[in-house]
Amino acid sequence: MSRLKDLQKNLFGGTTSNARQFGMIFTLVAIVVLFQILTDGLTLRSDNLIALFQQNSYILILAIGMLMVIVAGHIDLSVGSVAAFAGILVAKSMTEWDLPWPAAIVFGLAIGAVIGAWQGFWVAYIGVPAFIVTLAGMLLFRGGNQFIGNASTVPVPEGFREIGSGFLPEFGPNTGYNNATLLLGLAAALAVVWREIQARKTRRAMDADPAPMWISILRMAIMVGVIAFAALRFASGRVGTSFPISGIILLVLVIAYSFYTRNTAGGRHIYAVGGNSRAAELSGVKLKRVNFFVMMNMSVLAALAGMIFVARSAASGPQDGNGWELDAIAAVFIGGAAVAGGIGTISGSIVGGLVMAVLNNGLQLMGVGTDRVQIIKGLVLLLAVAIDVYNKSQGRFSIIGSLMRPFRREDSASPPDAEREPAKAAVSG
Amino acid sequence: MSDVPILLEMRSITKEFPGVKALSDVNLVVRAGEIHAICGENGAGKSTLMKVLSGVYPHGTYDGKIIYQGSESKFSDIRASENAGIVIIHQELALIPGMSIAENIFLGNEPRKRGAIDWKAANRMALDLMARVGLEEDPDTLIKDIGVGKQQLVEIAKAFAKDVKLLILDEPTAALNEADSKHLLDLLRGFRSRGITSIMISHKLNEIEAIADQITILRDGRTVETLDVKADGVDEDRIVRGMVGRELSSRFPDHTPKIGEVFFEVRDWNVRHPISAERQVCKNESFVVRRGEIVGFAGLMGAGRTELAMSVFGRSYGVYESGTIIKDGKEIVLKSVADAIDNGLAYVSEDRKAIGLNLLDDIKTSTVAAKLSKISHHGVLNEVEEYQAAEAYRKELRTKAPTVDESVSKLSGGNQQKVVLAKWMFTDPDLLILDEPTRGIDVGAKYEIYGIIQRLADQGKGVIVISSELPELIGLCDRIYTVFEGAITGEIARADATPETLMKQMTSTKKMATR
Repeated sequence: MSRLKDLQKNLFGGTTSNARQFGMIFTLVAIVVLFQILTDGLTLRSDNLIALFQQNSYILILAIGMLMVIVAGHIDLSVGSVAAFAGILVAKSMTEWDLPWPAAIVFGLAIGAVIGAWQGFWVAYIGVPAFIVTLAGMLLFRGGNQFIGNASTVPVPEGFREIGSGFLPEFGPNTGYNNATLLLGLAAALAVVWREIQARKTRRAMDADPAPMWISILRMAIMVGVIAFAALRFASGRVGTSFPISGIILLVLVIAYSFYTRNTAGGRHIYAVGGNSRAAELSGVKLKRVNFFVMMNMSVLAALAGMIFVARSAASGPQDGNGWELDAIAAVFIGGAAVAGGIGTISGSIVGGLVMAVLNNGLQLMGVGTDRVQIIKGLVLLLAVAIDVYNKSQGRFSIIGSLMRPFRREDSASPPDAEREPAKAAVSG
Repeated sequence: MSDVPILLEMRSITKEFPGVKALSDVNLVVRAGEIHAICGENGAGKSTLMKVLSGVYPHGTYDGKIIYQGSESKFSDIRASENAGIVIIHQELALIPGMSIAENIFLGNEPRKRGAIDWKAANRMALDLMARVGLEEDPDTLIKDIGVGKQQLVEIAKAFAKDVKLLILDEPTAALNEADSKHLLDLLRGFRSRGITSIMISHKLNEIEAIADQITILRDGRTVETLDVKADGVDEDRIVRGMVGRELSSRFPDHTPKIGEVFFEVRDWNVRHPISAERQVCKNESFVVRRGEIVGFAGLMGAGRTELAMSVFGRSYGVYESGTIIKDGKEIVLKSVADAIDNGLAYVSEDRKAIGLNLLDDIKTSTVAAKLSKISHHGVLNEVEEYQAAEAYRKELRTKAPTVDESVSKLSGGNQQKVVLAKWMFTDPDLLILDEPTRGIDVGAKYEIYGIIQRLADQGKGVIVISSELPELIGLCDRIYTVFEGAITGEIARADATPETLMKQMTSTKKMATR
C-alpha cells in the first residue's frame, strides 16, 4: 500500500462517514486559506477570529440540537422564534421582576424545556409531523415574543451580558498573552494526544492494525499545530479580549453531546429511530420517548442560544433569531447529515456551521453586500449537498475521489486501484 | 428446440463495480416463445444480469454484447429497452398505491387526445389488457385496495400496454399465496402459447421445474450451465446441484430433538386490528412451547400468524384485548417490546429490510442493537466489547463479510438474515420467534439457517417457526400448529405432518365448523 493511500485511509479514520468529514474539514481549510489570501490576512487576525466565534456560537449551539433532530428524521423550524421568546422573557425577568441573572439563566432554560415539551408532545405522542408542529411554533413564539415585548427592545443587566460578550479572565504572570486561553489550548492539545493513544488501544483490542505510527504522529501534529495556532491567536487579541465565554459554552456542549450521541445507548437510539423507526421499535427502542427527547432538547438549546444572543447584543428585540433555523439546518446538511435521517455527526455539523460562518465573515470583510452573500451561501449549500448526493449515487463517499474524477481514465470498468493511479500522479507531481 | 429462432443472446457479459466483479463472462441464449428460468443463489448475479439487459446499467458500463432480434442493442436506459419490447417486472412492484388500476397501467404512457389524457380510451384499453391477464376488477379501483396477487397482474398488464416482446419477471411469486402463484404460472403458460417470451428469476425450484423450458444457472457471477428441462430430465435436485456446485444430500441437517418441559404458554389470546377495531385478528388462541422444541405455525397469507407472534412480542401489533402469557410457571405481562426482550423473548421479523434491520448500520451496530445494556457500563457503550460480540457471532454463524464494520446493506439476503439472528441471539432469549426465517434466501444459506435453529433448540431454548413453505415446516419442526383466519385450527405432531394434512387444517376446518 502506498503512503498516499495509507494517508487517505487513515488520516481521519477510514470509514465512509469519516471520509465525508475529512472532505468537510478539507473544504473548511480551503475556504479559510482562500479568504486569508483574498482579505490580505484579515481573516485569521485575532480580533476577527474572536468576533467570528462570538457571532456564530449561538448558531453552532443550535446546530448541535438540530443535528439530533434531523438524525431522528425530523426538522425544527421554530428555533429562531423559540430563542427570541426565551430571550424576551429572560430579559423581562431581570429588568421587571428583578431576578438575579444566574436565576434568569435557569429560568430561560426552563422556558426552553416547557416549549420543547409542548412541541415534543405533538410530534411524539400525537404524531403530527415535526415540520408542521414547528412551523406552528415558529409563528406562535415569534408572536409571543412581540406580544410580551410590545415589539420593543428590552435591555439586560451587565452580569448577564458575560455569557454573550465575556472573555476568559486575565490572571497569573504577564506573558504578553492571555494565560487562561493558553491553558485551554494546552488542555485541548493534551486531549488530542490522549484520544489518539486511546484510539490506538481500541483498534488493537479489536485485533485490527492501528494506523501506521507515522500517520498517528502526523495527525496529532496537525491537530496540535492548529490548536496552538488558534490558542496563540485568541490569547493575543486586544487587551481585555481572549477566548469568548460563549465559545467555552459551545465547546462544553460539543464535547458533551458528541459523547452522548456516539457513546451512549440513548445516542444510539436516536440514530436507530432515524435509520428505521419500525426496526428500532421492534428492537425495544422507546420511539415516542426518543422523539420527545430530541424535540425538547432542541428547544432548550434554542433558549440557550437566544440568551447568549441577547447577552451579546445587550438587549432583547423583536427581530432576534430571524432566520436562525435556516442557518442551523444548513450547517447540519453541509456537515453531511442525511435528509432522510439516520446519518450525521455533531462534529460534522460544527464544521458545516464554521464553513458558513467563515464564508459569511470573509465576504463581509471583502465588502460584499448581504444580497450577494446570501446568493453565495445558497449556492454553497446546494453544491455541498449535491456533491454528497452525487458521490452516494456513485457508490463512493470520498470527496477527494470526486475532485480527482476528471483525471481518471475513460475506461470506467477498470478496477478501482487502477483508477487511483492518475490521481496519485496528480497529487505527488 | 434448436431450430427455433434466437430472440436474445447476451455474449460474455462482464460487469464490475468498484472492488467486485458482479458478472464475469456470462452467456445467455433465449429462444423466441420459451420460458427461460435463471437460477442461482443470492449474489450469483441474476439481478445484475437483468439490469444490464434492461438498460439500468447502460451500454458502455459493461463489457460484452447484447444481440436482440438479430442485431446488437445498445440500450442507454430503461426507456430504450422498453421501446424495444423488453419489460422487467421487479420483485418490489413499481405501482402507485393511491392511483387506480387504469392510471397505473398507463403511467408514463397515457393515451392522449389533443394533449389531454383520454380517460375513456384509457379505461377501455385497460379493460382489454386486464382481460388478457385474467384480472377481473373495475379499472377505477385503487391499487391499495387490491391484493398483492392482483397487483402483480396489473404490472403485467402494464407491460402489455408497452407492447412487450420479452417479459422479465424477478421473483414473481415470492409474495404470492399458493392460489395466486398458480394463476400467475398458468398465465405465463398462456403467454408462451401466444408466442411471448419470458425470463423468470425465482428461488422456488418446484415452480421452475414445472414451468420452464430452459434453465440457465449462474454461480458467483459466472454461467454454470444451461439445461433443457425436457431433454435433460431436470428435477429440483439437479438444479440445486448446479446452483451450489455440490450435492446437497438433504435439505435439512440431521437432528435429534432434546425436548423438555413446557415452559412457555399463551392462553386465550384475543387481539383486535389496530385500525378497524371490529376485526378480530387473534381469536382465543392458545399454544404451548417446550424447551428444546421447534414449533411450527402453518397458515395461508393473512391467516394471522405474524399478527399473533407480534402481539405476543410486547404488543407490537394490534390492540390487546385479553389473554395471558405464562413463562416458567409464572404469568408475565409484556406491555412493550422492551418488556418482551427483558423477559427473554426474541422476534425475527418476516421482512428483514423493512422492519428487521437498520440498513444504514454496520454489522456490529446491528448485532448489539436489541440489547445495548449488555455492552454498556453506567450508560457508556464499550466499543471493544461491541466489536468482540459481533465478531464472535460472525464467526459462529459464518456470516460472509470482510469485517464487522461492513454495512449490512451490502450483504446478501442470507447473510443479512444471519446478522438478524445474531442480533436476537445476543439478547440471550429463551424463546425465539422466527417469522419466515428463510424467505428470499438461497438453498445453501437455508441449510445453514436450519442448522442454527436446531442448535438454538438444543441449547434448551424454545423456537417458533412461522413459514409459508410447508416442506420447510415439516422438515424442521417437532410440532406444527395450523392457523386459519385468526384461530388455531389444529396441532399436528411431526410424524403425522404431510403437506396434505396441513393444508386441510389451514384452509377449511374452521370454516366448515362455523358455517
